[in-house]
Amino acid sequence: MTKLVDCFVQTFAIERDQVTLKLAYQSIPQWDSVGHMALVAEIENTFNVTLDTDDIIGMSDVAKAVEILKKYGVVLDAAG
Amino acid sequence: MLLADKVALVTGASRGIGKAVAEVFAAHGAALVLVARSESIHALAESLERAGGKTTAIQGDVNDESTIRECVKRCRGAYGRLDILVNNAGAMPQAVIGMISLEESRRLFELNVMSMMNLTQYAARLMKAPASIVNLSSIAWRGLAGASVYSATKGAVVGFTRAASKELAPRGIRVNAIAPGFIDTDLTRGLPPEVHERTLAGVRLGRIGEPRDVANAALFLASDLSSYITGQVLAVDGGMPA
Repeated sequence: MTKLVDCFVQTFAIERDQVTLKLAYQSIPQWDSVGHMALVAEIENTFNVTLDTDDIIGMSDVAKAVEILKKYGVVLDAAG
Repeated sequence: MLLADKVALVTGASRGIGKAVAEVFAAHGAALVLVARSESIHALAESLERAGGKTTAIQGDVNDESTIRECVKRCRGAYGRLDILVNNAGAMPQAVIGMISLEESRRLFELNVMSMMNLTQYAARLMKAPASIVNLSSIAWRGLAGASVYSATKGAVVGFTRAASKELAPRGIRVNAIAPGFIDTDLTRGLPPEVHERTLAGVRLGRIGEPRDVANAALFLASDLSSYITGQVLAVDGGMPA
């Protein structure tokens, strides 16, 4: 999960311990619609994937992000 | 070299305005990802490569989401970023009211509007400030008799451009549109001679526009020369009446 957590930390300038599976869209001021696009860009660049629009819309929390990335073959072990 | 070290994606790049944009951008140092339905896109890319450019060609239809994904994938894979998007792909069928096919209208909106919106969504994620999106509208966005559906699609391009400029400004991405007038392309060459003559008579500068006239405007909007301009529609029409 490290790289995915990094995406959230770098995009939203938050502490690592704030990034839990329950962290949700619009639950912090930084994760608004503009922040969401920046987050998606960071995730796409980090994992070298291009997400479908439906997946971007559906990425409502960290747990969902993990689930979506699995669809693209991204295995989120301790390093990922 | 106004676009040195910039990466640009141009749709509908195999002929007419799109081809001129590709040539002008290449001459100004941009690395290009070109997409078009025609296989001639490969010949264009090869000729630009021979002239010293860095070019990738994709033969595909931007109506097809897989083509859009491929465009973004190539930009990400080859360059890791995208600085300029020129949404040029489009079509211009004419039909007077009463003779408009709904199916044809839907197809036109798919190509002229939906594909532009979709590609913009994908591309904006790869863009970082300073970046520029240039959408090709048309003088018809103000309403062209005999082409009401086409006019509606080009009006939609303007509306989308203005809204997108507001949404993307905080990320340093500028979004502008170009509204070409009477330009010498395959589309206008197919017009009946009397229509051609009548239209030309309305151009105050007294000549038909060249694709390069539009490409130069795209160069301006894509480059840092226009770094404080966003949400605008630039008419390139030789002074045609509004």
